[in-house]
Amino acid sequence: MAIGLPDSVFLAKLDPLANWCRANSLWPMPFGTACCGIELMATGASRHDIARFGAEAMRFSPRQCDLMIVAGRVVMKMLPVLQRIWLQMPEPKWCISMGACASSGGVFDTYAVVQGVDRFIPVDVYVPGCPPRPEQLLQAVIDIQDKIRETGSVRAKEFFRRTRFEGPEMVAVRPQEAIVSPGDYRTATRFWTELNIATDKLGVKTVFPELQSH
Amino acid sequence: MDHAETLQKLEQRFGTLRTSEFRDNLRIIVRPDQVAEVLRFLKEQLGFDFLVDITAVDYLHYPEAQDRFGVVWCLLNTASGERLILKTFLNEPDLTLPSACSLWRGADWMERELYDMYGIVFEGHPDLRRLLLPEAFTAFPLRKDYPLRGRGERHNFPVITRAES
Amino acid sequence: MPLELVETGQEQATEQEYLWTLNFGPQHPATHTTLRLILTLDGERVVKAVPDIGFLHSGFEKLGEDLTFNQYVTVVDRMNYISPIANEIAWFHVVEKLLGIELTPRCKYLRTIFGELMRLHDHLLNVGTSALDLGAFTPFLYAFYQRELIYDLCEYASGQRFHGSYLRVGGLLYDVDDAWIRKLREFLNGFPKAHGDIARLLSRNRIFIERMRGIGVLSKEDAINFSCSGPVARASGVVRDLRKDEPYLAYGELRDAFQVVCSDAGDCYARYLVRMEEMLESIKIIRAAVENLPGGPVNVGVEGKAVLPDKNATYRSIEALIQHFELIMTNRGYPAPVEEVYGAIESPNGELGFYLVSDGTDRPYRCRTRPPSLIHFAVFPHLVVGHQLSDVVAILGSLNIIAAELDR
Repeated sequence: MAIGLPDSVFLAKLDPLANWCRANSLWPMPFGTACCGIELMATGASRHDIARFGAEAMRFSPRQCDLMIVAGRVVMKMLPVLQRIWLQMPEPKWCISMGACASSGGVFDTYAVVQGVDRFIPVDVYVPGCPPRPEQLLQAVIDIQDKIRETGSVRAKEFFRRTRFEGPEMVAVRPQEAIVSPGDYRTATRFWTELNIATDKLGVKTVFPELQSH
Repeated sequence: MDHAETLQKLEQRFGTLRTSEFRDNLRIIVRPDQVAEVLRFLKEQLGFDFLVDITAVDYLHYPEAQDRFGVVWCLLNTASGERLILKTFLNEPDLTLPSACSLWRGADWMERELYDMYGIVFEGHPDLRRLLLPEAFTAFPLRKDYPLRGRGERHNFPVITRAES
Repeated sequence: MPLELVETGQEQATEQEYLWTLNFGPQHPATHTTLRLILTLDGERVVKAVPDIGFLHSGFEKLGEDLTFNQYVTVVDRMNYISPIANEIAWFHVVEKLLGIELTPRCKYLRTIFGELMRLHDHLLNVGTSALDLGAFTPFLYAFYQRELIYDLCEYASGQRFHGSYLRVGGLLYDVDDAWIRKLREFLNGFPKAHGDIARLLSRNRIFIERMRGIGVLSKEDAINFSCSGPVARASGVVRDLRKDEPYLAYGELRDAFQVVCSDAGDCYARYLVRMEEMLESIKIIRAAVENLPGGPVNVGVEGKAVLPDKNATYRSIEALIQHFELIMTNRGYPAPVEEVYGAIESPNGELGFYLVSDGTDRPYRCRTRPPSLIHFAVFPHLVVGHQLSDVVAILGSLNIIAAELDR
């Protein structure tokens, strides 16, 4: 080389170097709730070894993870827990919404199931299928790796610009219908009694498609 | 499976009972105030020692229904393999029934679930709280007048954006 | 002595300062899915356990009232998701009991084979993960490899590897072919060796036995009183198996091919052994069923007016086309008796029953599930008191709690 560095020294920009490290050593937080959780286990097990993609270090402690895999439906009692765990994960972090239920509610269009976790937390990659095959989850991991390589920066600046909510439009609930607040992530795992009517904070949007159909 | 002997013993004790039969299910229909006594008699005298299930049905839109709620106990005699279904009807506002927890400890969570889903109160239950839904939930979702898609509870959460997390 | 105070886990003892509370779950590796325990501990000993469930309550029963009998199969699949087709068998067992449909012999045998494959499915996962919770990773990998082979069989037969949605009222979605039978035979020949490998890793493993034996003892009286069924009850000495006691499908004809596995110890190790032995019995049932597999049609004839006709018939005959429309159109459907019926089968986890109320249409008016997981989990606070914190995962694993069936 022109400046005469020895063979064992590389020169690289810091951003791609950090991305390279991050992309190839993702530590997933397996938030497995239902059927997709079993497929997630299958992905980690013998036939579809997720270790081939550097993402086998599943850690159930959110503080050690940087990739949340939401596998399975999330219901209204579980959502505060999900949000709390998401907040506990250190930056930079990414989220895979695995399966139809996590992405959109799937077949469970019922009173209890949240119609897509992307309404309440940021999601980077969606995996279709009910449940997705392990190969699809592996593809999602590869997609996340691509995304990290292309957009990542060493200080995670790519997240600073994303201040607006990116999910589907919020369905506002009429105040008189909002008789129940199952809790939010600040209080829910401790006291159910501390009710927090979420609509106050959302700003008023008069969209009631869910309610008018009944 | 022969139900004749069981029926005969029950009628000796409680007089004539309304019964109905479909396939291999024998149903005995009693008044709510008889339930505690009949359950105790079935368990202690007739050997129905296994409580298979407790469930309820909301007959709001059912054709030709007289009463609002039906509560069903499915029982099994583990010695003879005989199955029996005990049924009673309830109407608002008096949705109370005696608890079967003292007879079968397995009744505990089944009754809590019925309280959770239908609002049927079991008197004498040691710990009657909601089982599946959040404590703050106010409706009883399996009642027929509650919509399938709920009343918006599932959308009622704060949103976390990238900037906040 | 303060220790005497906490002997029985009484309420007043919880106010003592040396007791502390540990929140276990809802997101914890040993819960496998989602359930929460609030444990009161004296040092490491559990004084009291209060379960908090419902973290996966998704309204199955309410949803069932909105779908037809055939449509609901996609939803019951997702109930006990480690043995999906067993749920379908239970559901259609009850639906066909209501409608009074007698299945064809081939369908009965095929459903029996799938039921037993699902039993292997369930027990493999349960044995693998309960060993995983106790620190043994290898049996989990061995078990999951066998599960992948069963997935392949399901995928070949139904088109979906996980949730087959394979059954329909009066039959199956597709018949199986000879290649499938060959694959099944290959699997049957290979399975005993894999089973032996798992057994060699665990059954006489000293660490495993010390963590399992004498832990979470459930007596026979308690097992009956708590309404336990399936392997949990049989490990406690309750000799009850619906496959023998109330034979359904082809179990009556295959009665001599298998035995009911029981134990009288009632602890976690007994539950593990019962599951391991049941797998071998399942293999015997499948072998017998494959050897005696009758020919003929797999679906009930279209005269019954409740059965979806074969696709080929739909394209080629006017009667089948008319019936297909009659069943599929939302405003048509077929009449069912205005009745209520309870039916149950022996699912891998225990007695899985449905209480089905019909109002005369092709949609259930009410479809109550009798979930074995819920009933077994109700026993858990009773079993865990007095044990160490590390035994919580052993007991939880041996009860085989599936959250989606627990909460529905």
